[in-house]
Order: sequence, then structure tokens, then C-alpha cells
Amino acid sequence: MANKISDETIEYVGILAKLELSGEEKENAKADMEKMLDYIDILNELDTDMAEPMSHVFPIHNVFREDAVSQADGSEDTLANAPLKKDKCFKVPKTIG
Amino acid sequence: MDITGLTAVELGKKIKAKEISAVDAVKASLDQIERVEKDVHSFVTIDWEGALKRAEEVQKRIDDGSLTGPLAGVPAAVKDNICTKDMLTTCSSRILENYKPTFTAEAVRNLEKAGAVIIGKTNMDEFAMGSTTETSYFGVTRNPWNLKHVPGGSSGGSCAAVAAQECPYALGSDTGGSIRQPSAFCGVVGIKPTYGTVSRYGLIAYGSSLDQIGPIAKDVTDCAAILTAIASHDPKDSTSIERKGYDFTSALINDAAGMRIGIPKDYFTEGLDAEVKEKILAAVRVLEERGAAVEEFDLSLVQYAIPAYYVIASAEASSNLSRFDGVKYGYRTEDYEGLHNMYKKTRSEGFGAEVKRRIMLGSFVLSSGYYDAYYLKALRTKALIKQAFDRAFDKYDVIIAPASPTTALKLGHSLSDPMKMYLGDIYTVSANLAGLPGISVPVGTDSKGLPIGMQIIGNCFEEKKIIRAAYTLEQTRTYERPKLVKDLAEMKRKEAENNGKAI
Repeated sequence: MANKISDETIEYVGILAKLELSGEEKENAKADMEKMLDYIDILNELDTDMAEPMSHVFPIHNVFREDAVSQADGSEDTLANAPLKKDKCFKVPKTIG
Repeated sequence: MDITGLTAVELGKKIKAKEISAVDAVKASLDQIERVEKDVHSFVTIDWEGALKRAEEVQKRIDDGSLTGPLAGVPAAVKDNICTKDMLTTCSSRILENYKPTFTAEAVRNLEKAGAVIIGKTNMDEFAMGSTTETSYFGVTRNPWNLKHVPGGSSGGSCAAVAAQECPYALGSDTGGSIRQPSAFCGVVGIKPTYGTVSRYGLIAYGSSLDQIGPIAKDVTDCAAILTAIASHDPKDSTSIERKGYDFTSALINDAAGMRIGIPKDYFTEGLDAEVKEKILAAVRVLEERGAAVEEFDLSLVQYAIPAYYVIASAEASSNLSRFDGVKYGYRTEDYEGLHNMYKKTRSEGFGAEVKRRIMLGSFVLSSGYYDAYYLKALRTKALIKQAFDRAFDKYDVIIAPASPTTALKLGHSLSDPMKMYLGDIYTVSANLAGLPGISVPVGTDSKGLPIGMQIIGNCFEEKKIIRAAYTLEQTRTYERPKLVKDLAEMKRKEAENNGKAI
């Protein structure tokens, strides 16, 4: 049963999660995740082969609207909370070398 | 007159009858906040001036006859994960500490159309992840019944604010019990509606397939009136459902004749506090006396609900919270080298421990190699849990359960052991997994003087049945207030006597 999370795994999950964890945080994350997965493993007692995965309780449909042209810019609202902005754009660190 | 002691609907009537103005109502709430907030800390943001200004505007619209609904002029508070235009909406997180939305959530817009005056934003567990309101970046909220105890969570601020009479009602959100459990802990009434009933547009997502906004108030009548106001079909939320009717107040019927109540045996076993069990079963007997047919049954799969829930909720959270990266809104770290380092540092500094824990777990269960074993397994389990409820609702109109295994725990008790906190959600998460509506109603207090809540769960779209059952029960009881509130009311009464004027 007991799950073991390797250093590599926690490193990889950190990349997926876009989190930078300190050495201590990594150790805690490992312990927390092992404990949680041990607990979650009780789901394996359950035979779920006949059940389809249910992401939503009710059927989900695409919701369409008319593709109506409007003059609304909206950029001011969109940028209102940006930590840094320039010329109606979000300002981010250099992304292409 | 003790304005803050009134329910929302009672206050609305007095405003309509011009006995109280909307401005007086807001002033009464703000005065109460001034007196109790230092102890309770229900709010992240209190809009002192804006609230009074809006109350004046609402009063004008009441006077000219354009606002006539039961909630017109009544103050309200909103959980801090529900967007309010130009008013801070922080999710009780550092990463959104400065976020002022440029739009208002549909549920709040609906409330404002009904004449509600929003006075502020209530504290919560960071991003609604927690059951105690202790994970808030802005400090804990205390339970008005006993300041050494938690108010529950994650809508702990909303429930504490209502119990402490800082506002007549509040909106909360419920992903795994976050309205029902704190309502139970604070001795107030809260409804988690059927998934899709209240628009999630403007609700900052935690677990999108589970999240629902709902009302929290002093009684069932208020909750029915608020739900009637906030529920709507909203094309801006693709999971919003067009329902046949949106008037939930017609279910306020004091009679349980012919109602079939199911009691899941597996909810009343080991792990449930004896006093909680006793009070709930006593309340069930009251409904039986009022004409309901009560039967015990095996719900089954109960032990699988929490693991399935935490896999699904964490998976969705890891995806939903990826938008917080220091680019579009909120906090950005000071020093960084390049884009990815900026993302990572911003998120690591901006999120608290519990949020990081769930993002990590969610990222793991969605990662290649583990997706089938964990995420799909949880979704299959969810399907089986839904089937178990479908079978139960073939036989029963409503299911009665505890809202929580215990009454409110002491502050600091849960944070050291997150697993223990997760297990406290045992009676509430299933309703979210299966999309069901649930209501928590007070059924008395334990020997420590802390409130006990009973949960009534209905089938999808059958809010009316749970409202009717809760209302019938409520008619046999009187609303109990925390000592803090009673003492304050007495003090205010004396002050008013001395000043020779009404408050």
C-alpha cells in the first residue's frame, strides 16, 4: 500500500504545478502526498469497471451565441489589474532569447 | 428597535413599510460590525462609505416604486471569492490581495437587481480550500458562539457575519460543504443549491464541476427568498441550467405530511459525536410527528466519497489556479530572472500551504502515468456515488444527515493535520459530487454551548422539498443567538434608553 514519492517525482510535479519549493517544503510535500495517496488508494477496493467516468453530473453542451461584431474594446478593463503593462499589452519578462 | 436582530425578510418588510430606511439598515449593520469585528473578524473588506451611498440610491428606487422585492434595501455580505466590481476580491489569498474586478458576478448582480446593498466581502479559507477559515492570508475568523473556536469553512466569514448579526444575510460558496458545515458551526441556515442553479460567472473557480454559490441567513424563509433572487439561467456560465421555476418561497410550507425521509445508517455510525447524533435524531422525530415517514437505509459507498472528492477537487484546482501567475492580475514577485522563474516565484510566494498542497496533489493525479489510476478512477467512483443517490431518491423525498461529525473545533486544532480536516467533510462532499441540493439547519447546541446543524439533502432540482422539510422543523424552534450578540443587544438597548431614542 504505502506510496513512496521520489525526489524526481516531487521535482516533476513542482514543474507541472509551477511552484518553487524549498528543501523543507519538498520534504513536507512528499510526506503529505504519500499520506494522501495511501488514503486515496481505498478507491481500489471498489470495482468501477462498469462505470463511465463522470466529469459533470448533467450533460454538458456547447453554448453558442451570435458572433456579433461590436465596437467594445475592453482592453482597459482587461489590463486594469495587470502588475505591469505597456501600450495596451501585459508586460512580461523577455520570453524569446 | 434592534434592527440587526431581524431576519432579512422581516427587515425588507419594514423598509417597504417605511418604518426603517435602507440607510438606517446599513448603518445598523456597520454599527454592529464596529462593535464585534475586532473579536470575530468576519470581513476582509468593509465598504463603509460605498455601502451608505448605495443604500441612499436603493432607497430612492424604493421610494419611486421601481424596487418592490422582499430584499430591497436589505444589507448583504458576499464571500471574497465572488467578484464585485471595483471592490477588492481576494479569495483571502496574498496572490489576489490587490485584485479589484472590473465586473460583478451574476449572482451578485441578481441580488443588486433585487435591491440588495452589498456592505463588504467576507473572510474564507484561501481559495475556499479548508474547513475552518484558518487558511486565510488575512487571519482567522472566530466563531461568534465561542471565540476560541473556528467558524467552520470555507465560508466561515459569511456564516460568522450572519451569526454575529453584522449583516442580515450573506452569500457563500460550497465545493465540498463550504456553506453547510460553517452554517452548522455558527447556528445559521445555509443552502447549497443543485449544481447549475446559480450562475458561477464571477465566482473564482476552485473545483468547477462542484462549486455552487448559495445563501446563508438566520432562517429558512430568508434562504428561500435569497435563492429566489440569485438563481437564474445565465448563458455566461456554460454549466448554468435553465430551470422550470425560480420561486423557492412557495415551498415555505409548515407541514411534512406524506414526506418520505431516508436516514442513511452509514452516516450515523462510529465517528459521529454522540450529542450531534442525539440532536439530529430528535429533530427527525419532530418531522415524523409532523407527518413524515422515516426509514433507515444503507446508502453505501460513503467511505469512498472523500478520496474521490479530493482527487477531483484538487485536479480541477490545479488547472483553475494556473491562471494566477503574476501576469494578468494580482501579486507579482519583486525579483525574477525570466518568465518561468517569475511564474514560479510569484505563485510560491502568493499561495499559502494548503493551496500549494492541493495544487501539487492535483498536478500529480492529472500527470501522465497517474491520470487513469487516480483521476479517472475518482470520476468513475463519482458515477457510482451518483447512482447510489439515484436509488435512494427512488424511495425517499429527502435524506437527512449530519452537516459535520462534531461541533466547531478549537482554533489551531486542524491545521497541524490536514487529513483530519479532510475527514470532517464526510457528510457534505457527496452532495457536491452528485450535484444535489443540501440545506443545513440548526437543531440545538451541545453541552459546550456550540450549535449543531442538521443537513437535509434532496434530489437534483428538488430544493423545494428540502426547504419545506427545513421550514417545518424550524417552525417548532426559536432562533438561538450567540451570547456575544445577546449581550450586545442588551447593551445597545440600555444605551438607547439613556439616549431616549430608538436604534
